[in-house]
Amino acid sequence: MRLSSDEMIFWQYGFLKLNGTIIFTWGLMFVMAVGSKLITRNLSTELKRSRWQNLLEIVVTGIEKQIEDVGLRHPKKYIGFLGTLFLFVAIASLCTIIPGYEPPTGSLSTTAALALCVFVAVPFFGVEEQGLGGYLKSYAEPTIIMLPFNIISELSRTLALAVRLFGNMMSGTMILAILLTITPFIFPIAMSALGLLTGMVQAYIFSILAAVYIAAATRGRTSTPEPSQEIKV
Amino acid sequence: MDNMTLIAIASIVTAGLTIALGSIGPALGEGRAVATALSSLAQQPDAATTITRTLFVGLAMIESIAIYCFVVSMILIFANPFWNHVIAQAPGK
Repeated sequence: MRLSSDEMIFWQYGFLKLNGTIIFTWGLMFVMAVGSKLITRNLSTELKRSRWQNLLEIVVTGIEKQIEDVGLRHPKKYIGFLGTLFLFVAIASLCTIIPGYEPPTGSLSTTAALALCVFVAVPFFGVEEQGLGGYLKSYAEPTIIMLPFNIISELSRTLALAVRLFGNMMSGTMILAILLTITPFIFPIAMSALGLLTGMVQAYIFSILAAVYIAAATRGRTSTPEPSQEIKV
Repeated sequence: MDNMTLIAIASIVTAGLTIALGSIGPALGEGRAVATALSSLAQQPDAATTITRTLFVGLAMIESIAIYCFVVSMILIFANPFWNHVIAQAPGK
């Protein structure tokens, strides 16, 4: 029973292995990069535009609005990172329709890499917004006793991000494989549809959690609220 | 009972118990979360998108506990290091 796409070895040269995860990841990157390059070749700002450009605009403005709803003030700074996270995980999960394809996010290496990217991005954006001293001081909020707990919570939520995505993707493919040996016809199709749904939800969750962590790092714990309008009598 | 039998019994029983007990808590928690979200939706339908989004994020956090239990169960069944070790020693006997 194959636990993840890491075990599909296509080519081996001694120490180096070309396994399914690497091939599918690069295939996804190629499709996404080349596809969007082809679509954005002739952008038009008039009312008449190609449907692919329309699709991309819907996706990009949707993600931008979500980022703004979470509380990040200039979504254009973060949409490169957060949008890529969402689109990669979402398309990796959508392509399970294609036979013979295993989502690369079903391997702990891929999800750990994505979680490490978030782990590095949070202090990066935090320092960019608040300066090094301001960001480091936020670890001692509300009191200095909370310092080890804040550090532990940073590490544990990165681990939780990785394992959550890995567990969801791997369980989807494994349940499908188990069901195919038991009832070959209707039930696996229903489970495959459920797998698609959970894949999209997990993509959304991953990117929204990354956005929330970045918002917490850039806003700081002692953000001043907007001054309320005083009623002059 | 030799080592192999003992490890097999422990792995099988633990795998079953892990996923069985580990899904009770998250299921109850998710039920409460959805119930509260529905009642607050009934009280303030205008905030529907915020409530729905926060509900989904909360459900994912609760669900990850069940996912951890599932991962441990899968490791015990399919990638069990103790079982692999004992199986590797078996042909030698």
